[in-house]
Amino acid sequence: MEFFRNTNIDWLGKKWYFLGFSLIFSVSGVLSMLFWHGIPKGVDFTGGTQIRVAFDGTPNEDHIRQAMDKAGVRDARIQRVSDPSGHAANKVIIALPINSATDQAHDAGRQAVENALATNYRDSKATIEQVEIVGPTAGKQLQQQALLATVYSLIGMLIYLWFRFELIYGVAAVVAVFHDTLITVGAFSLTNTEITLTVIAALLTLIGYSMNDTIVVFDRIRENLGMNRREGLADVVNRSINQTLSRTVLTSGLTFLTVLSLYLFGGEVLHGFSFALVVGILIGTYSSIAVAAPMLVAYQEWRSGRGKTVSLPANKKARA
Amino acid sequence: MGKNLSGKTVFIVAVLLVFVYGIVGIPKGGLRASLERRINLGLDLKGGTHLVLEVHANEAVASAVDRDAVRLTTDLQAAGISGATAARSDASKPTTIVVSGIPVAKQSDARSVFNGVNYNAYDVASGADGTMTLTMKQQSANDLVTRTVDTSIETIRERIDKLGVAEPTIQKYGLGENQILVELPGLDDPARVEDVIQSTAKLEIHAVTGGPYASDQDALQANNGIIPPDSILVKGAAQAGAPEQVWLLKRVSEVEGTDFRDAQPSTDQNGRPNITFTLTTEAGDRFYKYTNEHSATSATPGSMAIVLDNKVREVAGINSAIRDRGEIVGGFTKQQAADLSLMLRTGALPASISFLETRTVGPSLGAASIRQGVFAAIAGMAAVMVFMLIYYRGAGINADLALVLNLIILLGFMGFTGSTLTLPGIAGVILTIGMGVDSNVLIFERIREELRAGKSAAIAVQQGFAHAWVTIIDTHVTTIVSALILFLFGTGPVRGFAVTLAFGLLANLFTAVFVSRVIFDSHLQGKERGAALSI
Repeated sequence: MEFFRNTNIDWLGKKWYFLGFSLIFSVSGVLSMLFWHGIPKGVDFTGGTQIRVAFDGTPNEDHIRQAMDKAGVRDARIQRVSDPSGHAANKVIIALPINSATDQAHDAGRQAVENALATNYRDSKATIEQVEIVGPTAGKQLQQQALLATVYSLIGMLIYLWFRFELIYGVAAVVAVFHDTLITVGAFSLTNTEITLTVIAALLTLIGYSMNDTIVVFDRIRENLGMNRREGLADVVNRSINQTLSRTVLTSGLTFLTVLSLYLFGGEVLHGFSFALVVGILIGTYSSIAVAAPMLVAYQEWRSGRGKTVSLPANKKARA
Repeated sequence: MGKNLSGKTVFIVAVLLVFVYGIVGIPKGGLRASLERRINLGLDLKGGTHLVLEVHANEAVASAVDRDAVRLTTDLQAAGISGATAARSDASKPTTIVVSGIPVAKQSDARSVFNGVNYNAYDVASGADGTMTLTMKQQSANDLVTRTVDTSIETIRERIDKLGVAEPTIQKYGLGENQILVELPGLDDPARVEDVIQSTAKLEIHAVTGGPYASDQDALQANNGIIPPDSILVKGAAQAGAPEQVWLLKRVSEVEGTDFRDAQPSTDQNGRPNITFTLTTEAGDRFYKYTNEHSATSATPGSMAIVLDNKVREVAGINSAIRDRGEIVGGFTKQQAADLSLMLRTGALPASISFLETRTVGPSLGAASIRQGVFAAIAGMAAVMVFMLIYYRGAGINADLALVLNLIILLGFMGFTGSTLTLPGIAGVILTIGMGVDSNVLIFERIREELRAGKSAAIAVQQGFAHAWVTIIDTHVTTIVSALILFLFGTGPVRGFAVTLAFGLLANLFTAVFVSRVIFDSHLQGKERGAALSI
């Protein structure tokens, strides 16, 4: 069986469509981050208390809220959780904001919620499955670490690509990855899905994956440039994308299949994580074709437009 | 080539056996039991409590400086420099002692005291108007912080061991120097353990210089608006129905946590739970000297406050000199008295702590997560394997074998290294599957291209691998770089994910490139040049 044999699509000719598409998605994400949902941060980063409770039957959110009010637990956010596949709708997440500026009274909210549940739901009708309490210091620290990890891993990859290809390849790949991250975080903002520590792991995975895809295309461009010096860069890029298209679609399709199974069957604990991957795989595949590769051509045109001698990128030879 | 090939096959089988051993060890009690014994599950999968706490090590530094200041005053007087006083500088410079009132003639004598062995942790400098300052060297302060955190870890470990939690993890954590990670797997009732760790049990006995007052303001008023520099205001422990009380205490304690040798829960003559304690010999002598000077029959009778976790628990007059035995009555419940004496026995924490993170996963959620995660991994993998067989026919077998082997190596590695499999780790496994498929697809697509260009099967295989190899190296190295950085800067589950991903990629290089090649070669071996390839 074979898909995409001898495709001959003019990808670069569609760059304005791509640009429009990318702009719509990143701008709407950024607008949502700025004016709508912001960046919905989980308890990992904001600090606070999050308690996951499983009920025997279908829980009544109003009843829970009344129970919390009666126990003096203010500002509790009560949210029913269900699997993407629709199971386990009998679980509720009770989230309390950080209640003091210090790390004191760390456990107070949790105890109040436990007491409220114990008095209102006797006979083990409500089971506390998970409790996460993050103090403000830890929240800030985790946030800082997550940001640092992202920036450092981008720098690490940029350096590797600079070493293996040319600086412009590294820059183009990092821009593409930044584009993917922006759109994915935008998707979290638009859908108001909380970003947690595991989501950060997913974002970093997506960065790795998107890089992976971009490198496959870049590798082909480098190889083709080494073979044929008379062809224009735009043609080489187009041809390289077409040559790797079959692989790109297959791999992305199969990876998408695995993360989709994670999204559908992995349970709601992994919901945010798998959501990031599902969005990320799609956008990461798209960006290697529609963002990273056209940037190489744009860079070359810009250089020649300024009257500089055009050196084709990637004069470092592939070892193959 | 034939001999070479069989050598490679033997190598692959050997690797396979080694990692299968890594997964199940010596099989005992069935496959499932062996698996559970070898593969370390994270708390998110088996349930348990995860705590991150911070040791306020600066407190220990400040109180060490306080003690040195007191000793310095005594030492200066002993050296005949009367009138000189030493005190810790304000809170903004907790490591500095200011010595004032040294007569000009005695400056060199004072210097020789400062240069004595007791103060070699300090840098000495002369200030304006005849004062001198001793500042603790950065290195000494750092050492003290490290020692404080290490002692805290030991103390917490002993407390948890006494509670009988199986296989706890207690270690330094994060980028900072003063954080501790505590992981208690499979814990049914985390609440009590939290209480035991949380109670810092910083127990001190201070001399009372004033009070009780109804509030801080009253205390200030009673002392002409200034708290004397050698004193501190301490609140009483809140008691139901009783009004708040504040005492003025000597800043430096007479007895502190490390001076206790033993503590037992008992009851006083009225049957209330209390704690009897024994002091170390050295502290007992010190305590005797103090209580003898200030007993009710002496010229300067005084009273003492028992301060637990910076709250006054009890104030008692000193009836007679006490050497090394005493008791604390503080309105405890039986359980509290038992827990508190446990804490005193195992040593008090050298500084107070606060909790930064508490995460508890109930065992049922853990079990559900692992079921779902494993199911998702199997479902994803099965779908991929079926697709590879349909799409690449014969070569699909290569890919599927490589995938299975990849998984075995990955799990075996985790068994060998004792790495922890977490929920994100399972996701890492799924991603490894994705990357493994990618390597196979890259190779197969290249082979197809070569075949389309009219090359023979053997040449196509050789060229396909050679071309794809460059790309595979590039993609794998970049991902390993990001996994490495994830490991360095991530924490907890993120780290588990990074480990799984990084090793999965290494396994993948071996299976997708080396193993798959050997399968191709052995398939083509002995066939004539024009043989067709099922791909």
